Amino acid sequence: MNASLLEVDGLTVELPGTARPVLDAVTLRVAAGEVVGLVGESGSGKSVTARAALGLLPPGARRAGRVLVGGEDVLGAGQGRLRALRAAEVSMVFQDPRAGINPVRRIGDFLTEPLRLTRRWNRRRAEERAVELLAAVGLPEPERQLRRYPHQLSGGMLQRVMIAGALAGEPRLLLCDEPTTALDVSTQAEILALLGRLQRERGLGLLLITHDVELAAATCDRVYVMYAGRIVERATAAELFGRPRHPYTIGLLGSTPPLTGPPARLRPVPGTPIGLDEAAPGCAFAVRCAFAQAGRCDQEVPALLPLVDGADGAGHAAACVRLAEIPSPAEEVRP
Amino acid sequence: MSTATVRVGVGRMVRRLGGHGWLFRVCLGVLVVFVAVALLAPWLAPQDPTVGDFADTMAGPSAQHWLGTDQGGHDTFSALLEGARTSLLGPLGVVAFSSVGGIAVGLFSGWRGGRVDAVISRVLDVLFAFPSLLLAILAVALFGKGLGAPVLAMAVAYLPYTARLVRGLTAQEKTRPYIAAYLVQGHAPAYVAVRGLLPNIAATVLAQSTVNFGYALLDLAALSFLGLGVQPPTPDWGAMINRAQSAVLAGQPLSAVVPVMAVVVAVLAFNVVGERLGERGTR
Amino acid sequence: MSLALAVLRRLAGTAVTLLVTSFLVYSSLYLAPGDPVSFLVRGRSPSPAELASIRRQFGFDQPFLLRYWHWLDAVLHGDFGRSYLFHQSVGAVIWSRLPSSLLLVAVATVLIAVVGIGAGALGALRRGTRTDGAVLLLVTVGAAVPSFAAAIVLRSVLGVKLGWFPTIGNGSGLLDRLRHVVLPAIALSVTFMALVTRVTRSAMLDQLGREHVEVALSRGTPRFAVLRRHVFRNALGPIVTVSGLLVSGMLVSTAIVETAFGMSGIGSLLVQCVDELDFQVVQALVLLVVAAFVVVNTLVDLVYPLIDPRVARRAGGVR
Repeated sequence: MNASLLEVDGLTVELPGTARPVLDAVTLRVAAGEVVGLVGESGSGKSVTARAALGLLPPGARRAGRVLVGGEDVLGAGQGRLRALRAAEVSMVFQDPRAGINPVRRIGDFLTEPLRLTRRWNRRRAEERAVELLAAVGLPEPERQLRRYPHQLSGGMLQRVMIAGALAGEPRLLLCDEPTTALDVSTQAEILALLGRLQRERGLGLLLITHDVELAAATCDRVYVMYAGRIVERATAAELFGRPRHPYTIGLLGSTPPLTGPPARLRPVPGTPIGLDEAAPGCAFAVRCAFAQAGRCDQEVPALLPLVDGADGAGHAAACVRLAEIPSPAEEVRP
Repeated sequence: MSTATVRVGVGRMVRRLGGHGWLFRVCLGVLVVFVAVALLAPWLAPQDPTVGDFADTMAGPSAQHWLGTDQGGHDTFSALLEGARTSLLGPLGVVAFSSVGGIAVGLFSGWRGGRVDAVISRVLDVLFAFPSLLLAILAVALFGKGLGAPVLAMAVAYLPYTARLVRGLTAQEKTRPYIAAYLVQGHAPAYVAVRGLLPNIAATVLAQSTVNFGYALLDLAALSFLGLGVQPPTPDWGAMINRAQSAVLAGQPLSAVVPVMAVVVAVLAFNVVGERLGERGTR
Repeated sequence: MSLALAVLRRLAGTAVTLLVTSFLVYSSLYLAPGDPVSFLVRGRSPSPAELASIRRQFGFDQPFLLRYWHWLDAVLHGDFGRSYLFHQSVGAVIWSRLPSSLLLVAVATVLIAVVGIGAGALGALRRGTRTDGAVLLLVTVGAAVPSFAAAIVLRSVLGVKLGWFPTIGNGSGLLDRLRHVVLPAIALSVTFMALVTRVTRSAMLDQLGREHVEVALSRGTPRFAVLRRHVFRNALGPIVTVSGLLVSGMLVSTAIVETAFGMSGIGSLLVQCVDELDFQVVQALVLLVVAAFVVVNTLVDLVYPLIDPRVARRAGGVR
């Protein structure tokens, strides 16, 4: 296995005025050339995890643990070092390009900004690079696009611009925060295919953040499932599909319409995720869990325990005290 | 649908007023005091502010003249109290006329929509080009000094603000189901607009009118300061400031500073109360 | 192509607005009680021959609309009639006083732009701190301080008590003029400063919370560049929008400030001519201020697509 590009180690983030941490001892890694999924409902902390990799934690947040990008400590880095990291090593594709790209500036400005302001390239060189990038993400007439404004492009085209912008600094690690959620269905597949192609061509490490477990399982090598700030299951895509172990993952797989076949056995996970103002002394999922056992699940915080021997900390693991007693219904979900 | 769920009850209004923080409550208190002073001024004022004592001009504070006298020997404290009457009455007129007119125009325009609405909006746009003080000065030039003509002119200048607000709110509110419910019950549109819709936007309109009150007070004080509004010997804050200018140059600014403070505090209080009401109204 | 059309449409709209406002200003004369001719010569005792000449000059024997048309034609040629007070053409009277008022407005504009935008930006960037609290307090109080109140206090403290600045008149020579204009300009700017501060603060706060700012930061753009290129740049629209209001408001307020500081200018001229019944001058000044508002707003509309390209297509629309 390659050395990790992104290494998050026991990251805990607490915001003032909240009852539980936004992130609670989150550990995950992304190696070069690897596509890793981070799955969870909104508010589960998946976006905060990705922002932590950029050193973009909300102001006033208390944090513990480490975040390493290319071996370099992000949380301890100074502003200058952090900017250099963001401009070169790691970048992020945001969910909504309409909101994420400044509407009053030209596409060319968006693409060349980090090159010109942080890398001090001259305009000509930066624009040549921007044209290459637009061509690489499949936009027609790249020279013309440079002079256009965001409102003149469709959502799908704009998301391609966002991706091109993320690639401007030749990063090795790409974070994608729900990159297709704001797009219409026909465009979603194109953007995913584009991301996949770019990832393979450039050997990127890619962290795909999504609420769609099926999507993650279909596109990623490995998947982390998050719930209320904690990683509750870690598995390869095959393991996740074939043998999900955590009751929450099982619920998620049951609640997502399968990509193929009739959506007959759709069962939503009952209840709603706990908010930041609710503390859970035990497992945060216990209140919604069909297998929860009073006196155990609501008191004991389950550790993320490896199910098979994996020395590198990447093997199948789940955080549930009743693992041994819960049958994996994978066969029922997917005969 | 019962009217209770649609109308804003008086009790709820009063309870709402309490929940706006200390600044709001202080300002509301200030306004209550000002209104009380205006109502009771003839009984409160220790002296007649229209009678000057020429033996005692530009005096500092003393037991006889709590806030001193101006260069004409008028008692500043008494003038301050009695000046509250004209200083608040003028803006009241402006706000009353502009609110009634603005609500009528805005309701009609927003309710009808279409071409009528477009024409009315265009007319309002033209009116926006006339600053209120300018229109008041023009009114004085046409009809002579005093309060009457400027108050009407300023009502015309303030009308577009209320009208535009009411128009927007009406167009928005008209699409709500309760309006359809009223209409289905066979009520006439005019009745529904006034009895059904208006109470629901009243809080926001009241907020706008409160802010307008402050600015109208400011404009009318400016007009009197220019010597074009309230004429002596009628006590008025703006007119007091106008007369006190020579005292300022003589290094005795008290008789000017007192009415200046009254104007600033009153406008501040109206602004704060109006804005807080507006914040609540839009939620 | 369509842009040129939009500009033309906007200019046509401006022309219509100017036409309507000028008509309103002209016909206001007929609101005055009594016969317009005797209204115009109030307070003076013209001979019958003079009265007849006024009648002819105004064309009172012609239909109303035709009279308006002749008046408008004259105004468009720079002829606003004669001032009975100064025995000069109205244009000459206004023209001689315009420069000092424009100096006052210009200095006030600089103050408003620098302090207003500066304080607003400071408040937005230090949101929720004591600094922001102070900015908010100044905005609330500043909006309630009329220019005559500021004039009284400034004159009394910095002028009379401390003697740092002259308290009356316009001064002569550039330096002396500037010295004379400092206090009036501050008095003139207080209210508008509060407005600009408030607009800047809220527009920048709005932008600071936007995702494109986070995206820019996430890409390693230096913080100051993000503030300049994304936050302030995008907040410019609302700030520029209030400038029409600022210009006409300041022009009217020169009446107060120039009167308070005993200065000569179009503001004090307006007050003097109302006081001494010279209606022609009043009418011309009202028209001037209203036209300034309409013209500045048109300029704002025409410039706006450069500030926010999303509205380019709406440039021809009604504000």
